[in-house]
Amino acid sequence: MSALALPLMLAIILGLCGLGIVGAIRTRWAWLVHQGSAILCSLGALLSLIALILPGSAALALPIGLPGKAMQLALDPLALVFLLLLFVTATAASLFALEQHAAEEARAIPFFPVFIAAMALTLLAADAFTLLCGFELMSLASWATILYRHEEDRSRSAALFYLGMAGFSAACLIPAFALLGGGAPDFAAMRAMPPEGWRAGFVLALVVLGAGSKAGLAPLHLWLPLAHPAAPSHISALMSGAMTKVALYVIVRVLFDLCGPAQPIWFGAPLLVMGAASAVLGGLRANMESDLKAVLAASTIENVGFIAIGLGIAFLARGADLAPLAALALAGALFHVMTHGVFKTLLFLGAGAAWHGGGSRMLQRLGGLVHRMPITTACMIAGCIGLAALPPGPGFASEWVLFQAILAAPRIGGLALQTSLTVLAVLMAMATALAATAAIRLLGVAFLGRPRTPRAAGAQEVGFTACAAMLGLVALCALMGLFPTAILGLIEPAIRQMLRAGLSGQIGVVGIQPGAEVPGYAALIIASLLAAGGVAIALVLRRWAVAGHRRGPAWAGGFAAPPAWLPFGDPATQYGGASFAQPLRRALATAVLAAREEVDMPRPGDTRAGRLSVALRDPAEPWLFAPIGRWREKATSLADAMQFLTIRQTLSVMFALLVLLLAGIAVMEAW
Amino acid sequence: MGERIAFGTLSYDMAHILGGAMLVLSFALLYQRRIGAIIKIYALQGMVLAAAAGWQGYIQASPHLYVTAIIAFAAKAVTIPIALHWLVRRLNMQREIETALGVFLSMILGVGLVALSFLVVMPTTLAAQAQPLPREDLAVALSMLLLGLLMMITRRNALTQVVGFLSLENGLILAAVGIAGMPLVVELSSAFLVLVAFIVFGVFFFRIRDRFDSLDVRHLDHVGETHR
Repeated sequence: MSALALPLMLAIILGLCGLGIVGAIRTRWAWLVHQGSAILCSLGALLSLIALILPGSAALALPIGLPGKAMQLALDPLALVFLLLLFVTATAASLFALEQHAAEEARAIPFFPVFIAAMALTLLAADAFTLLCGFELMSLASWATILYRHEEDRSRSAALFYLGMAGFSAACLIPAFALLGGGAPDFAAMRAMPPEGWRAGFVLALVVLGAGSKAGLAPLHLWLPLAHPAAPSHISALMSGAMTKVALYVIVRVLFDLCGPAQPIWFGAPLLVMGAASAVLGGLRANMESDLKAVLAASTIENVGFIAIGLGIAFLARGADLAPLAALALAGALFHVMTHGVFKTLLFLGAGAAWHGGGSRMLQRLGGLVHRMPITTACMIAGCIGLAALPPGPGFASEWVLFQAILAAPRIGGLALQTSLTVLAVLMAMATALAATAAIRLLGVAFLGRPRTPRAAGAQEVGFTACAAMLGLVALCALMGLFPTAILGLIEPAIRQMLRAGLSGQIGVVGIQPGAEVPGYAALIIASLLAAGGVAIALVLRRWAVAGHRRGPAWAGGFAAPPAWLPFGDPATQYGGASFAQPLRRALATAVLAAREEVDMPRPGDTRAGRLSVALRDPAEPWLFAPIGRWREKATSLADAMQFLTIRQTLSVMFALLVLLLAGIAVMEAW
Repeated sequence: MGERIAFGTLSYDMAHILGGAMLVLSFALLYQRRIGAIIKIYALQGMVLAAAAGWQGYIQASPHLYVTAIIAFAAKAVTIPIALHWLVRRLNMQREIETALGVFLSMILGVGLVALSFLVVMPTTLAAQAQPLPREDLAVALSMLLLGLLMMITRRNALTQVVGFLSLENGLILAAVGIAGMPLVVELSSAFLVLVAFIVFGVFFFRIRDRFDSLDVRHLDHVGETHR
């Protein structure tokens, strides 16, 4: 099957590139571009699903590439898992984009199919050149879409920052691949000679930094809350749902597949540390951001951290020859890739719908959308069940597997490892709780309550195809939540390929059973219990509750009594996003995010309004990015000074370098 | 290249003396302050170079090196010094005395550079050639190159910088001549290169003089500063 699927995948990629050219020539044919990419992506999703069910691998050499080297493509279970996710989310995004809302979104049209094609090319690549081509094309295409509102300073600076991060990841990944395989670019040669010693350490560091910065691992996560809100909604959905996963794919491909099974146990440590930092920071920031999409982007950081922790545990367990545990951890990571990819795409599309309908992405300008946009709100609730990891949602299933892996992980090593893994588990639990708070805050402030602005009060539901796209994703979420064993069955060939050991015996018919002594998780049973409980409560309420209802004054949690000129009360006094975040801000963010609150209270008799202003600062900013910026300034001023050296000074520099070189040679010869 | 050229044979000693003489002349260039004397030393160096090339032609039994010797003599011992003297008269700077490093300091630096070149060349060429002579020639040539570069750095006058460059180039020719089997083309081209460089620098002098009424390259530095 794979042998047939690979040429078809290539045709889909070429078709998407063609659609990009069409979109560049005729922007009025946006419908053609988006319909075409929806059709192609749904075909691709179907193809990957079939190829996953009928396992096999295939390879193909293209007649183009570096001089004397053909570009290699290959299709194997690991690539198929990510391709399935990519094409599913891209189908939904294309359908959503069929209703182009703003005229300036037309600028992003040609880049959208190219972006999808580049991600697919990265996943299909079987040599370093193809993979890097796809990866960089993906970065550039998404950079162009971030710039679609280039009149705004914020968009431009976000795009510039994003481009800098993309350059950084390229500068890390290219040497990483050069260190692998003794200079040969194809993956087969790299597998044949896995790196050892310092070489393996360098590859690990470079790949974790290069691909990790694209995935959003702390401390290289700063670009996500800046860049994701700047792109059009359907593209930020893909960036969060698919692109970060493509970066994780590169990590899995290089560290599990190309580096071979004989790597030491500490190989997982950087992933664990960065993953834990991302999980907590992302979860906390998701509670602090006031932009809908920035909230979602911060939560992406948190989820990417979870996935990285899963990968790290898999490394530890593989190094300690605990194959079932490694398989469980990798299964958790890949499962979370799938579930997070789907529900985060759904949430981004919903946020885009709310932005379009409510006229703003700011929490303090939305509210009460449930009355005007019931379908979008229902979809957001479904997505938030995933985000908050509530059973029987998709997020719960995958995070449950991850937690099982980390709870079983302490048997890998000695006391130090056990202690740090326990701390890690606590941090993960905290991140989960933070994610749940963020989900409640997102839903409660933006969609419930009363509209805070007239624009939000007059919100309009999005059209049919956009609703269809979101409802399709809701159905997928429900499927993944209720039938986790089926998804794990789809993922298993990839795990078998990476670890040469499967999940045999850990997946039952109804539920997941990681070990004999551990209670399993049967989603259907939990769901039916929950449903039975819900029905019972409803019946009880119906039987014994007071009949009828009456409207009373709202709970006065900050909701002031209505003044005479505002008979329904001032909606701006509702409990808002910033107020919801205040306890967390004071308890945690003061230490982690350097949160500061300043109260500007007017003196008695002064009629101006009092103000409470809040300032937050991500720790990566003063500790990492600000020093880098200063070094860059110094380096450029040094280079600038070189330009104005006198002739004799220039000659002296050359002379000194020459003498230094000769002295170095002399010393090395004498040695 | 039948018999081994070793220490104690006439061919080795002669080549050694000529190479050593060129090195000594490079040292003389390094500390000499009078422009007229510098040009004379340079002419002398060109003559020694011609003699070295001729001697190499004799011991390697390769006639093309005689051509090189004649070219070196004509260009470096006669034409260029005459032209430089003419330039000095034309620019009216016979009496100028130039600041340079002191004799002691320049000698110390020069000795250090020579030691460095020998330390680099002798071990690196150990495996490549069993003949000691080309290796020592190479080391002498590298020292002359470094000394020429040092002279270019320490001088302010454009003309003496040019002489430094030319003596650097003498070192290159010495290296080319000392290696058996080096084709003539290379030597011809490098000789021409010197002439071309000489012409370029000649034009350069007139431009500087027209613009600033002096040959001091410090004036060029001020040009850069005005754009700052």
